[in-house]
Amino acid sequence: MSLARTRRPVLGAALKDAGLAALVAAGLFLPMVGLRTDVGPTGALFLRTRWTDVLLLMAIVFAGRFLLRFWQEWRAERHGPSVQKRLAGPLSRSGRFVAPVLLLFALLLPAIPGIGRYELDLGILVLTYVMLGWGLNIVVGLAGLLDLGYVAFYAVGAYSYALLAQYFGLSFWICLPLAGLLAAFWGILLGFPVLRLRGDYLAIVTLGFGEIIRLVLLNWVSLTGGPNGISGIPRPSFFGLAFTAGGGPGSFADFFGLEPSPTHRVVFLYYLILALALLTNWVTLRLRRQPLGRAWEAMREDEIACRSLGINITTTKLTAFALGAMFGGFAGAFFATRQAFISPESFTFIESAIILAIVVLGGLGSQLGVAIAALVLIGGFEVFRDLQEWRMLVFGAAMVLIMIWKPRGLVGSRNPTVALGEKRTISAAMVAEGRG
Amino acid sequence: MSTPLLEIREVSTFYGAVEALKGVSISVAPGEIVTLIGANGAGKSTLLMTICGDPRARSGRVIFDGQDITERPTHHIMRGGIAQSPEGRRVFPRMSVHENLLLGAQSQGIDPAPGLEQAFTLFPRLEERQAQRAGTLSGGEQQMLAIARALMSRPRLLLLDEPSLGLAPLVSKQIFQAIRKLNAETGLTVLLVEQNANQALRLAHRGYVLVTGRITMSGTGRELLARPEVRDAYLGGH
Ligand SMILES: Nc1ncnc2c1ncn2[C@@H]1O[C@H](COP(=O)(O)OP(=O)(O)OP(=O)(O)O)[C@@H](O)[C@H]1O
Ligand SMILES: [Mg+2]
Repeated sequence: MSLARTRRPVLGAALKDAGLAALVAAGLFLPMVGLRTDVGPTGALFLRTRWTDVLLLMAIVFAGRFLLRFWQEWRAERHGPSVQKRLAGPLSRSGRFVAPVLLLFALLLPAIPGIGRYELDLGILVLTYVMLGWGLNIVVGLAGLLDLGYVAFYAVGAYSYALLAQYFGLSFWICLPLAGLLAAFWGILLGFPVLRLRGDYLAIVTLGFGEIIRLVLLNWVSLTGGPNGISGIPRPSFFGLAFTAGGGPGSFADFFGLEPSPTHRVVFLYYLILALALLTNWVTLRLRRQPLGRAWEAMREDEIACRSLGINITTTKLTAFALGAMFGGFAGAFFATRQAFISPESFTFIESAIILAIVVLGGLGSQLGVAIAALVLIGGFEVFRDLQEWRMLVFGAAMVLIMIWKPRGLVGSRNPTVALGEKRTISAAMVAEGRG
Repeated sequence: MSTPLLEIREVSTFYGAVEALKGVSISVAPGEIVTLIGANGAGKSTLLMTICGDPRARSGRVIFDGQDITERPTHHIMRGGIAQSPEGRRVFPRMSVHENLLLGAQSQGIDPAPGLEQAFTLFPRLEERQAQRAGTLSGGEQQMLAIARALMSRPRLLLLDEPSLGLAPLVSKQIFQAIRKLNAETGLTVLLVEQNANQALRLAHRGYVLVTGRITMSGTGRELLARPEVRDAYLGGH
């Protein structure tokens, strides 16, 4: 009896919701899919309509949305603790092992048999994004400042190294800190005008900032080479030992009496980005336990309360921007030395979006979550390479699914930074309940 | 009366073109509990915020401990012996009770241990819940936390903005008792903003009535309680 009473509204609500979703889909797909211009035999354009495709898409959206809603309602109705809640305990316990295991895997990867050049290159790519994710996590995850232009600092770092090497012949090891400092400087420069902005407005300004940097790089042809970019960027050396293909005196292979091999440099680059990423992680974890990191998190929670406690919001914000930007700059310098060629094309908005997606999917503020999200997202991009243009669709779908399954990100829990005897985790379930 | 700890002279504060405070003057002597009562939108919170320099007074002076703090940056004011428990409590919801308390002391750069001890003696409930996320505390516990957090900076003047807001009578009574105890035992000076005029005037040594940005009445708590205008407007009439 109670079933009959409650099932009705669930069905009705789900149907209504699915209907709405189908309408939205119609609005989107009618112009995008329904109308198509083709080139006719005479070379003239003609309009082709594909209404059946539109109907099909609408039906898929309707069915998908209906099933999702129905499943949600049905689950809520059964009152049972959600899968999330039941998993929260074991997950957070297993979380203690995940990080060391991942770290060990990362450290040993080049030594694992069967790992070749391709896998190492992929590892380098993933680690670059892990580092960028961790850098942006300081700004977005900890300080709560929504930054859509993070790629600008990546670009500043990359161009800093490329230009300093090109014009002054400086080595990678001198340029690496300089690139970080320059990026941090630009971070502060961005920070000043946005001190009073929050949320959407901040996001728009940072988005614009990212585009400005890219456009300057694109149009300042005399300095940056514009769209042609900069090539022949010098490779890093290992304490002065070069990685030359043919070996020879003063080379890495020669010094250690090894057979010259191009893999050496790849392995070296792999460990270099691993060290840089771990440095980012270490600094972040250290700072989180210190007053500055605590002030970042408090600022994310409530800026007015921070002011009432005598926390200087200006310095708190600027340090978050500067530090986040600095790690972006390091990553940029690494990118430049690895690719040996950079152009503005590598620093488009989509990069910012991917890095932000990594941070959000990982669970804002969680270091482990960011690492896992980078692995899944960037690794997944590679795995699904064969799908070509469907790749983006698969990824959009995967992201939506993750956000439905874990609305606070993969690791949505937060450990208090000061332990009181026994460490307790504030679980995602509790976070979701609160008004946070 | 001795020289005041806090003196506000002819202060006017604006939000854009709106004048929220129109030449307000009040003074608070060391060791006093002074309450400010008034209807919604009278400008009570604005007055407390103006003392903290956010928003800043457009004209008039704010003198604390003989020094003119009108133009000082907010974070300097809040490090110099004034603390505020803001309207609506504003605890940091995702952070633990313990972290919230530490944040109260950190801009001061002082050892948090004595502050924590004081907080836990005053509100034993907070000690039990140290590891709990502040957002999951009850309203009363959050208010206790907000006051304890403000006290962590070891202030000489505590500004309290509507501590009884949304609390059951019994809980708000507890909070008022804690304020009285603090004042009696440590000599802490308190400026208390309240809607709950009855309780506030009973607790306070003196009080002011604020009506649309102007002080219209002042006197001891008892005097104000006896005034028919106060009874009609703020005590629901009898
Ligand atoms: N940030 C702001 N911007 C513009 N106007 C404001 C702002 N804050 C307050 N005001 C206005 O200033 C006046 C005084 O507000 P205030 O918050 O000080 O009142 P209050 O006495 O604390 O009221 P309540 O008892 O409801 O908290 C009100 O008219 C309010 O609308
Ligand atoms: Mg108010």
